[in-house]
Amino acid sequence: MSTPLIEMDNIEKHFGPVIALGGVSFNVMEGECHCLLGDNGAGKSTFIKTMSGVHKPTKGVMRVSGQDVAFSSPRDAMEAGIATVYQDLAMIPLMSVTRNFWMGREPRKSFGPFKWIDFKHANKVTMDEMSSMGINLREPEQAVGTLSGGERQTVAIARAVHFGAKVLILDEPTSALGVRQTSNVLATIDRVRKSGIGVIFITHNVRHAMAVGDRFTVLNRGQTHGTAKRGEIKPEELQDMMAGGQELAQLEGSLGGTV
Amino acid sequence: MSDERIKQVSAIRRAMIRPELGAICGTILVFVFFFMIAGDSGMFSAEGVQNWGVVSAQFAIIAVGACLLMIAGEFDLSVGSMIGFAGVVIAILSVQWGLPVWLSIIAAFVVCMAIGALNGFLVIKTGLPSFIVTLAFLYILRGLTIWLSILTTRQTIIGGVKEAAEGDPLAWLFGGVIFKGFFQWLGDIGVIETFTRGSRMGQPVVDGIPMLVVWALGLVIFGHWLLTKTRFGNWIFASGGDAQAARYVGVPVNRVKILMFMFTAFCATVFATCQVMEFGSAAADRGLLKEFEAIICVVIGGALLTGGYGSVIGAALGALIFGVVQQGLFFAGAESSLFRVFLGGILIFAVIMNTYIRRMITGER
Repeated sequence: MSTPLIEMDNIEKHFGPVIALGGVSFNVMEGECHCLLGDNGAGKSTFIKTMSGVHKPTKGVMRVSGQDVAFSSPRDAMEAGIATVYQDLAMIPLMSVTRNFWMGREPRKSFGPFKWIDFKHANKVTMDEMSSMGINLREPEQAVGTLSGGERQTVAIARAVHFGAKVLILDEPTSALGVRQTSNVLATIDRVRKSGIGVIFITHNVRHAMAVGDRFTVLNRGQTHGTAKRGEIKPEELQDMMAGGQELAQLEGSLGGTV
Repeated sequence: MSDERIKQVSAIRRAMIRPELGAICGTILVFVFFFMIAGDSGMFSAEGVQNWGVVSAQFAIIAVGACLLMIAGEFDLSVGSMIGFAGVVIAILSVQWGLPVWLSIIAAFVVCMAIGALNGFLVIKTGLPSFIVTLAFLYILRGLTIWLSILTTRQTIIGGVKEAAEGDPLAWLFGGVIFKGFFQWLGDIGVIETFTRGSRMGQPVVDGIPMLVVWALGLVIFGHWLLTKTRFGNWIFASGGDAQAARYVGVPVNRVKILMFMFTAFCATVFATCQVMEFGSAAADRGLLKEFEAIICVVIGGALLTGGYGSVIGAALGALIFGVVQQGLFFAGAESSLFRVFLGGILIFAVIMNTYIRRMITGER
């Protein structure tokens, strides 16, 4: 339990003269939901892209289960058990749920030199996995486009879990969703966490983070402002740290604490 | 957590939401129409069927390639020029250089598929729309074809391929007919007409199924199976549906697209080879406008111009509609220029239909 599933130690990332990440440390344990909060431009995207193998860190060490790693592609990260669910790019709307679910890893049957997708098996597994996530599909052949935003995120999460993700990185899964869909996704995160997977939940919504997070790390202008455990910090403090302090406190005063 | 606002979808509606729907209706309409206006003109005799069957098969061959490529999210406007180019390559190599026909055919396939790969490579590497890249090749290939043809023979038509192909082991695969015995028997028992005079007296007017039709059927079956049943087919849909999302889950999008450009080139070369073997000659102006005709077949077949959705069966039906109407107007004695009016009309209609069907599938409003 003491070794983090993934550990980012003092990661720096420079793009030319711009220091996008200036020494960020972050880790996630088994069965934990670690929220990464930050305002737009704080470096959240750069950070998750570094974790998921899209970018290589300029400095710093990444460890997976205690071992030093250097990913050269998203494929490497996936093989190490790190799955990323991107907000808009999770699913292809015109394709069926089954086709999306298995995309890139289709189960096959073969006869001599001919190989084809085992749709019977694929459909059954898709239906089972979806109902275990609390979504009852009408049929596995229905297009993903017919699902709501929250359901699409859930399909993507179910897919990552089914294919053996140990760490699940969720890039603002709730930011485009309505109230009810958001609670569905948060419930899914909770379910996934209980199965022992480490969840990294990226968001700028403090309330969503508070609902499921075990630990909270705030990223601001490429720096971490420390990590707090659940119960040690108030939502207002997180909000302040994200915005960098004073200005928001004043703003919030004039808005009556509604932000 | 079922949503009470989603109505149970009826079986009929579900059957309707498929890419081939428009093409199926269109095919039925077209056949009914021509049965009524040209039923007694010989259009549906053995010879008539062969006539529009061959034309439809030609369209189908290039439509299969264009269909898979369009679903993968790209276009190829160089198909027509490639048909002319492949034909001239075969004729120059076999007639002018004296190479065996089989070797000339293989060479044409290799060269054309390499050009297809180059098309794909340029599209991937430059990130330019395939529309522009292949438009360039439409001109480059046509120009090269005319230049090569004039350079080697001082004319734009190269004849003599039929003589060169006599007894060739591979030429038969593109120019011959199969089931000759069966058709002779049909002729003997009077199911199909036989020649009553001349050197072919007693032979049936249709002596077998042309290899062109066999190729068309084979490519349609292969394309449909590949697209709907295999892992690679799933990757074709994914590459055209959302290339970036597909990349994130490990689909080799670039490889898929380049292979589809090569497959389109393969189909164009099959078309060209069959044509050269049938006419016994190659001409530099062959294949004009074929790229657009292929795309129209595909769109009638229900594919979206933006990629990610479509059907090979639909494209094949589009080709059938195309062939039946083109030849049917001739049988009906109608002005053949009206064919183009029909094409333009049906193209607009098909695109509007497809957009509507797409909305039904994805639930967009």
